[in-house]
Amino acid sequence: MHPAAQLLHHGGDPVKREKPQKHEMLWGLLFVSPYILGLIIFWIGPIVAAVGLSFTYWDFFSAPEFIGLTNYKDLIRDPIFHRSVLNTLYYTIVTIPASIVLSLLLAVALNKAIKGIVWLRTCYFLPYVTSTVSVALLWSWLYNYDFGLLNHFLGKLGLSPVAWLTNPQLALPAIRIMSIWKGLGYNIVLYMAGLQNIPQHLYECAKIDGASQLGIFKNITIPLLSPTTFFMLIIGMIGSLQVFEQAYIMTGGGPGVATYTIVYYLWEQGFRFSYMGYASAMGWILFILVFLITIFNWKFSSRFVHYQ
Amino acid sequence: MKKEQLLVNNYNKKRMRLNKRSLNKKRRNLGDYFIYAVVVLGAFTMVLPFLWMVSTSLKSGAEVLAIPPTWIPHPVRWVNYVHTWNFLPFGRLFTNSLKISGLHVFGALLSSSLAAYGFARFRFPGRDFIFLLMLGTMMIPMAVTLVPVFILYRMLNWVNTHLPLIIPGFFGTPFGIFLLRQFFLTIPNEIEDAAKIDGANPFVIYWKIMLPLIKPALATLGVFTFMWSWNDFLGPIVYISSLNKTTVTAGLSFFLSMYEAQYSYLMAGSTLSIIPMLLVYFFAQRYFVAGITLTGLKS
Repeated sequence: MHPAAQLLHHGGDPVKREKPQKHEMLWGLLFVSPYILGLIIFWIGPIVAAVGLSFTYWDFFSAPEFIGLTNYKDLIRDPIFHRSVLNTLYYTIVTIPASIVLSLLLAVALNKAIKGIVWLRTCYFLPYVTSTVSVALLWSWLYNYDFGLLNHFLGKLGLSPVAWLTNPQLALPAIRIMSIWKGLGYNIVLYMAGLQNIPQHLYECAKIDGASQLGIFKNITIPLLSPTTFFMLIIGMIGSLQVFEQAYIMTGGGPGVATYTIVYYLWEQGFRFSYMGYASAMGWILFILVFLITIFNWKFSSRFVHYQ
Repeated sequence: MKKEQLLVNNYNKKRMRLNKRSLNKKRRNLGDYFIYAVVVLGAFTMVLPFLWMVSTSLKSGAEVLAIPPTWIPHPVRWVNYVHTWNFLPFGRLFTNSLKISGLHVFGALLSSSLAAYGFARFRFPGRDFIFLLMLGTMMIPMAVTLVPVFILYRMLNWVNTHLPLIIPGFFGTPFGIFLLRQFFLTIPNEIEDAAKIDGANPFVIYWKIMLPLIKPALATLGVFTFMWSWNDFLGPIVYISSLNKTTVTAGLSFFLSMYEAQYSYLMAGSTLSIIPMLLVYFFAQRYFVAGITLTGLKS
């Protein structure tokens, strides 16, 4: 079944051969009405309104003035915007696969753990439940050039200190490392669940047929984990498009523009400088990006994801 | 037919032989221990920064900047926490966070379960379309609607109040609706049919029968919603401008502009802010794991 069809699967539809009665329809709509109302007020309405807003210049002190497509034209030529899109995409392309590979290996390892699984899982999960703000503050301190723990460890290994957050080349990778550290627990738990869902008899058959550990891993484990991996990819992409706290707390987008992300730039333009129109236009471009990614995932999933 | 029979017999024989050789019993070899060591090392890496955070929070200003860095503070300055608590209005911040998150969770559980029940058990025009639309909105970052929604709140005069952080919860969250709908679908129809025969209307069925049956799912949703709400940063930063009204998570950032170099207070503040979530996690661990497991499998 195509993934979308799976999602809609209605095991619980009452077996009625007639069409739903008015009674059922009305009650159904009633139950869903708060959500539909919310959908209109908080999603459909704002997205439509953002179109109009993106055609204006509005700084909240004076009335909005209509300027047509100027915002979009400016955005296309805006080097900071370019950088933030690049940073965000780069973030996605590097962080997500790294996190997936790492968490897969750790999940497999944890499944074989001798004892203390609960404690180990707690340790891995800890960074996930803490707020990104606290983690960002903590890692700012860890990355401190003079007094940070990381440079101290490097010193012990005989290496020179690294300007983690002040070197333009290193700032974004430094943030990525922190983000991988923070999200690992979630992915590990996801993979552990996926692993436990693989029927044991498949492994037994393979062992009987004399397959190697690597072979088993490649031909059974990974394909059967592909739904989980796919899910992780989607969640990861959604998350990486929303990176904000790290830029706000750790670097303020710097050094220079090295760590600007789309959401951070949007916030800065819209709420620090009050360029509401410009920020709305950015929001729309972000929306289109997400739309494209979703379509890509849609096609991708039917080709690569194996369901049992 | 006969050939298949032979193959199956062969397979079964092999299987029994291997079972006797305890295929299922865990044979510990050196490799397993090595993997275990790696796993433990990894877990340590996860926890180490937090230990460092607490350690820093208890140091004096001078010791924080000591080279080489020390792990156990000499002396242990518990008073740092008192200073930090007084420096930012932590009492207010905590009350604000608790109020906002608590109400938000309540609203989310209520509205999500209502909508989930509607999606799961009733047929109405546009049901599947709206449901797919809902899933679509899960992909859309909050930033896309940030500006127009802010303007809406401004027009309602809700800016710098807690309402923008609470009210949206009462309109259902896609994650919650999806999760609860899955649970509702697993409940056999017979229960509701019996209630209907007894003359109960759908709302009563929902309230008195269906809700109690999905308590674990509600707990899971509650835990996740609480975590999301408590850790939310962009929301409070955008909607609340006064320090006294903001949440713990956002309040920490006010620290930045004031206490740039006083890392011990900064770390103390961070420690304070994560304690509630740690408590929630320790007491509700299985709900976190269950929630992730379920969403991962069903999707």
